[in-house]
Amino acid sequence: MFNKIQKFILFDILKNRIVIAYTLLLAVLAWSVFSLEDDSNKGVLTLLNIVLLTTPLVSIIFTTIYLYNSAEFIELLLSQPVRRSKIWAGLFLGLFFSLGLSFMIGAGIPILLFVAGRTAFILLVMGILITAIFVSLGFLCTILARDKARGIGIAILLWLYFSLLFDGLVLFLLFQFADYPIEKVMVVVSALNPIDLARIFIILQLDVSAMLGYTGAIFKDFFGTGLGAVLGFLLLCLWAVIPYLISRRLFIRKDL
Amino acid sequence: MDGTFPLIESMRYLISISFRFGLILLHSFVFVQLTIAATYSVGTGYPFTSIKAAIDIATAGDTVMVYGGVYAEGNIIIAKSISLIGRDWPVLDGQHKYEVLSVKADHVLITGFKIQFSGHASLDDPCGIKVYDSQYVDIIGNELNDNFFGIYLQYSKDCIIRDNKIHSSGTEEQQIGNGIHCWKSDSLQIIGNTISGHRDGIYFEFVKNSVIWRNISHDNIRYGLHFMFSNDDAYITNYFHHNGAGVAVMFTNGVKMFNNTFKDNWGDAAYGLLLKEISDSYIFNNKFIGNTSGIFMEGTNRIQVEKNIFKDNGWGMKIQASCMDNEISRNNFVRNTFDVSTNGTLVLNTFDHNYWDEYEGYDLNKDSIGDIPYRPLSLFSVIVEKNPPTMLLYRSFIVTLLDRSEKMIPTLTPDNFIDEVPSMQAIPL
Repeated sequence: MFNKIQKFILFDILKNRIVIAYTLLLAVLAWSVFSLEDDSNKGVLTLLNIVLLTTPLVSIIFTTIYLYNSAEFIELLLSQPVRRSKIWAGLFLGLFFSLGLSFMIGAGIPILLFVAGRTAFILLVMGILITAIFVSLGFLCTILARDKARGIGIAILLWLYFSLLFDGLVLFLLFQFADYPIEKVMVVVSALNPIDLARIFIILQLDVSAMLGYTGAIFKDFFGTGLGAVLGFLLLCLWAVIPYLISRRLFIRKDL
Repeated sequence: MDGTFPLIESMRYLISISFRFGLILLHSFVFVQLTIAATYSVGTGYPFTSIKAAIDIATAGDTVMVYGGVYAEGNIIIAKSISLIGRDWPVLDGQHKYEVLSVKADHVLITGFKIQFSGHASLDDPCGIKVYDSQYVDIIGNELNDNFFGIYLQYSKDCIIRDNKIHSSGTEEQQIGNGIHCWKSDSLQIIGNTISGHRDGIYFEFVKNSVIWRNISHDNIRYGLHFMFSNDDAYITNYFHHNGAGVAVMFTNGVKMFNNTFKDNWGDAAYGLLLKEISDSYIFNNKFIGNTSGIFMEGTNRIQVEKNIFKDNGWGMKIQASCMDNEISRNNFVRNTFDVSTNGTLVLNTFDHNYWDEYEGYDLNKDSIGDIPYRPLSLFSVIVEKNPPTMLLYRSFIVTLLDRSEKMIPTLTPDNFIDEVPSMQAIPL
């Protein structure tokens, strides 16, 4: 499965101090959350906030910076008889596996130890998917801007948009259309933000979903059923695949 | 001869005393003879094989002793003041057709029976035991299984329902009755019963001056305790858990709620305690743990909520703007998602000396009262009350951010929704 390029990139990143620090950060946060909260359900909620904030941020920024920093390495590889798509895939898989591994080691171990079966599984899957999505968005940022500062700027803006601005817009919409039955529309709108999608997915697993009221019930009807869950999962996968495919297409055509 | 006279005198005295005493003895003997009640034994190998036959013979004050076995005698009517006592758990079977026991006399005791399978009918509500217009009826230590209604009292006074186990396996509200159903009654004592699987565990409507003490009501389909138009009652040290919608106390004044535990009533429309149109009542020393809403108050006036524990609830208290002059003091609010929420800007209730685990103030003069006031209302809880679908943003980053900024500079939350003297430490309860 791993070719030489992927292996090289994977080990290069795993040795990276930032990735080690990220692993440690996740570990410290997760362990402290679970040892402070007696109720693992509440622990999951606190951890959820952290995971949905740090994981995307680290994934997208690290990916972007790493890609810019390895511009020369990429150019070197391009001079070899290797297909461009293979190089891009190698970079993606290397970054995704290393960041995913950090997540699994840092947050995954305490989650598996403290949280009951199904919720732990969903939480881990969501963490991995969010990592993949934001690595993929990082690739898009890099390819969209040749300038490093601009690329990182776009990455930060994207992160800000998905974790903060989008929810602000949702809040605004909810108040603007308070008099209309927009619950079903909200299901569609939430699909436009992978972080929201992941958050709702996990909350529906927990007891607190009863607090979501009527809207929550509609979401549960949709995402709680087999078909809805599969659809939601596929949507998240699309969020990981599409930005990557766009960036690959641009990379293949790019005049370096 | 000085000494003989007193001697004779004292002897005469003694004789008269013993005579009188003998008379009293004789009297009492005759009296006992008259009132010693007959006991009629029912069971295989006893004079009677049918409970109905024994009741027919019995007169007021008699005892009908029923020994172990299954008795399927249809509807047994007790229209005399007798004691019906079960030995070795005789089973009274209603065969899914009849009301099992109907009490239509005062001074009746029913104890030691297993009563099961009453009929199901929504017109005349067949029961395990139904008391019609009677006083001093004691129903003690019975087991009631799978009846439509368990124990039903109407127009009754001074009755005691104690230590019964009442269980049914209802699945839908409309297909099952209540565990203990009391209607238009007075001075009842409901003590130490365990009720599960009914529509409402205990149901009170137009019941006055009664006490509900040490009962366990759990896993009922609707309410653990349902209280309507029942003034001046008290319920004390009961345990209500896992009921479909918690406990509802409505349209009543003068209710005392002490020392109860409301636990794990969790669901879309579940409350630990639902108060609707209640006034002049006292909620003291209860525990609200793990409910969607600990207390939901609507149209509630002049209530004291004192020294309760609110822990692990979705909402500790939901106080609607229709509530007035309620005093919420010296409670512990611990680990609730929202400690308090309200649906308007009008606040006519007071908070003082409560312990809020999210309080971040300080206490410079060490009087264990926080020096800066605490605002228990988070911005997000206000937003959610205004626009329920926004709950969708629960636990999102923007909500955390909004709450933080609102805590620093309150702008949108009502500014008199405040605990001026928050407690620094949890109140020992």
